[in-house]
Amino acid sequence: MKIGVFICHCGENISRTVDCPKVAEVCRNFPGVEYSTNYKYMCSDPGQKLIKDAVLENKLDAIVVGSCSPHMHERTFRNAAISAGINPFLVEIANLREQCSWVHDDVEEATQKAIELVRMALEKVKRDKPLTKIKVNVTKRILVIGGGIAGIQAALDVANAGYEVILVEKEPSIGGHMSQLSETFPTLDCSQCILTPRMVEVYQHPKIKLFTYSEVVKVEGFIGNFKATIKKKARHIIDDRCSGCGLCMENCPIKKKAYNSFEENLAFRPAIYTPFPQAVPNIPVIDETICTHYKNGKCGMCVKVCDREAIDFDQEDTMFVADIGAIIVATGFKLYNIEKKSSGSIYKGYGEYGYGKYRDVIDGLQFERIASASGPTSGEIKRPSDGKVPKKIVFIQCVGSRDESKGISYCSKICCMYTAKHAMLYKHKVHDGEAYVFYMDIRAGGKMYEEFVRRAIEEDNVKYIRGRVSRIYEEKGKYIVKGEDTIAGMPVVVDADMVVLASAMIPHDNAPLLARTIGIPYDKYGFYNEAHPKLRPVESTTSGVFLAGACQSPRDIPDTVSMASAAASKAIILFSSDQLEREPVVAKVNEDICQGCFYCKKVCPFGAIEVKDIKDINGIVFKEVAYINQGVCKGCGTCTATCLSKSIELAGFNNEEIFAQIAAL
Amino acid sequence: MGAYVNKDAKKLQPSFVSANLLTDTLPENNHTPFQKNNSDIPEEIRNRTFQDVSLCYQCGKCSAGCPVRYYMDIAPNKIVRLIQLGFYDEALKSSTPWICAGCLTCSVRCPKEFNLAGFMDAVREIAVKKKVKVKEKDILKFHKAFLNQIKRYGRLYEIGLVGEYKMKTLDLLSDVETAPGLFLKGKLGLLPDKVKDRKSIKKIFKKTDKKKINKH
Repeated sequence: MKIGVFICHCGENISRTVDCPKVAEVCRNFPGVEYSTNYKYMCSDPGQKLIKDAVLENKLDAIVVGSCSPHMHERTFRNAAISAGINPFLVEIANLREQCSWVHDDVEEATQKAIELVRMALEKVKRDKPLTKIKVNVTKRILVIGGGIAGIQAALDVANAGYEVILVEKEPSIGGHMSQLSETFPTLDCSQCILTPRMVEVYQHPKIKLFTYSEVVKVEGFIGNFKATIKKKARHIIDDRCSGCGLCMENCPIKKKAYNSFEENLAFRPAIYTPFPQAVPNIPVIDETICTHYKNGKCGMCVKVCDREAIDFDQEDTMFVADIGAIIVATGFKLYNIEKKSSGSIYKGYGEYGYGKYRDVIDGLQFERIASASGPTSGEIKRPSDGKVPKKIVFIQCVGSRDESKGISYCSKICCMYTAKHAMLYKHKVHDGEAYVFYMDIRAGGKMYEEFVRRAIEEDNVKYIRGRVSRIYEEKGKYIVKGEDTIAGMPVVVDADMVVLASAMIPHDNAPLLARTIGIPYDKYGFYNEAHPKLRPVESTTSGVFLAGACQSPRDIPDTVSMASAAASKAIILFSSDQLEREPVVAKVNEDICQGCFYCKKVCPFGAIEVKDIKDINGIVFKEVAYINQGVCKGCGTCTATCLSKSIELAGFNNEEIFAQIAAL
Repeated sequence: MGAYVNKDAKKLQPSFVSANLLTDTLPENNHTPFQKNNSDIPEEIRNRTFQDVSLCYQCGKCSAGCPVRYYMDIAPNKIVRLIQLGFYDEALKSSTPWICAGCLTCSVRCPKEFNLAGFMDAVREIAVKKKVKVKEKDILKFHKAFLNQIKRYGRLYEIGLVGEYKMKTLDLLSDVETAPGLFLKGKLGLLPDKVKDRKSIKKIFKKTDKKKINKH
């Protein structure tokens, strides 16, 4: 084997403490070394040309580069090797910068250490085997979980790029929280007006297959080759027969047994319902828990009025299995329930604010519905208790947020803005009303955001008071809000007609369950973790699974849409080639000596290890061994270190190579 | 009734607005915050409350809910702020820690789980230890009279408390008109209600002896 040694000066970074020409000179005499040289910048174009020319001239088989950390330039030198016709895995890096010149002062000793490091790399490269990149087929179809604005945007972007999309939404209609909002900050344009065209586009898009009232129950496989099981819950309506005429809903005799969750429990809905009139798809759902038919088999009013015979009481949940190449998780958020601690909830709730006790103490989403033209009050600001127009309204920010005692420690990011919007909407609709906002800090970072809050204060005369409210109680039909203006240092009391609490954004209760189903990490609150907080914000640590929207952390609509488009483009990049190339540095099991203890399976952080049956000639299983899925393995080496029978080897870092390297020292 | 106006406050202490303006003004010398690094007061408070004052993020919920806020010269959250800034004299001289009834409303509602009632206790103790001229010296006498009753009977003996307090302050006539009403409601027992194991109570007092506490 002919080996070339190339020592880099890294400008002065290495040569200041390491005598590079001497290292090259000494290394020339080591066994196997055919060629040895040094150069000021080995990573530069002339440096790479030097490597290439030396390889071709001396017919070298492998090279050792003494330079910076392999994190920095391993790829550069491997590419140089490829262009010279050498297998890129026959390139070894001796780290002479981070592990030698930068940490030593003495030139003589540092030079000696550099020589030793190169010698170790030489011993490894002699035993290196040429490896080829693993090719994995890519199924060019994506699963988007969640049909809010994040899911809609991601689905449309991927579909418009020409790939198939499966969009799964757990509610009967797509649209998510954005469809509930009245108007959006800071432009005050109508939320539904900008959202419904997108919802219809999703429904009509030939590349998007929509599963509403459905859930993802199982995900198997790895990047490019996932297999997802989707449960389509029984609507009790035959989808393709229903015309969405709405006669069944009008005629359903059950009117006041269940709250409409789309209206945030401010209105009732019948037993057969669509969440809202603009629902997509406009197909109703029968609520089995309140429908008379499921109680005593009678009624059947909906069947009588439906002239298309679309109602099927006996419909059952159906399961679908889909092959997909990537997943975008866009499950969104829910509001922190401010009520007193309820069983099963990890949050304590605010007893002192009277939410759930006083009907006119409502949360932010309830106010959105009251202010919405399509809401239960047709857009007029009225109290839920008696329908009167509140003349004095109090908004309280940071309810649940920034509260380690009863809520969560993080800032929910959007409440400052939506409270300013609420106060503004109120002032626009109730001209003689007074609006008070209790805040701790105003966090209005965003384009036109600060200006928006100032507009509420300066133009709409919303009264901002800095201080957290201590207690709200009822007295003579008024809600007495006790606070303190901490700037003036004075107690403040407001006798309000209505109180709106800007409650925190938290992940859905079953967010951790879905995370475990897909195999992605989540934080202590249940928000999904990104792969890198700055450089990989839309990817999860599991390859092929991307994140979009408020399931990752609280965020507003513009941020959610940009994140969704970013996740979509990541998926499109993945789909741009038919085959996926992966680094061949993966673990492999020697099935002859594997004892089947599966300690490796327990320690593998990526879930790459499976149980494989070894069968005899008659097809009878006589042994179980570990099998490493090369698509999932990331080559971390944890299994190699754990294996009791030493039957797992990591390609590129096998025992022989490592031991030879150590022995050379 | 609107913001910044409170009928209770007017009734109870009509001049609270002007009182606030006077005492909230910081002294002219030494305005630079975070300077008194050599003071042992933050350490002292940490030892007594097991919490650091930096926990407080000044939301004001404590002052908002304080039932005796209207009698205080400085809002409770501002006392914490003064300690945070290093304006110890101003905090120790204030009547606020002495007005604090220790009802724990603030501690229970605090979003940062800062034990403000405990903090006020610590400030009182430090003020006594440092021999700061206490603005509400009668309240200190009341505290002492209260503790003496507990020491003696294990429970509060109201008449004993009133008697001792009045002897200490020589203020014999104030609040006398409330006595018949309290008596009729059974709030003033003629004889002390004693606990059985008074020895243990004495032990507690011995263990938490003033001299010993001050050694900490």
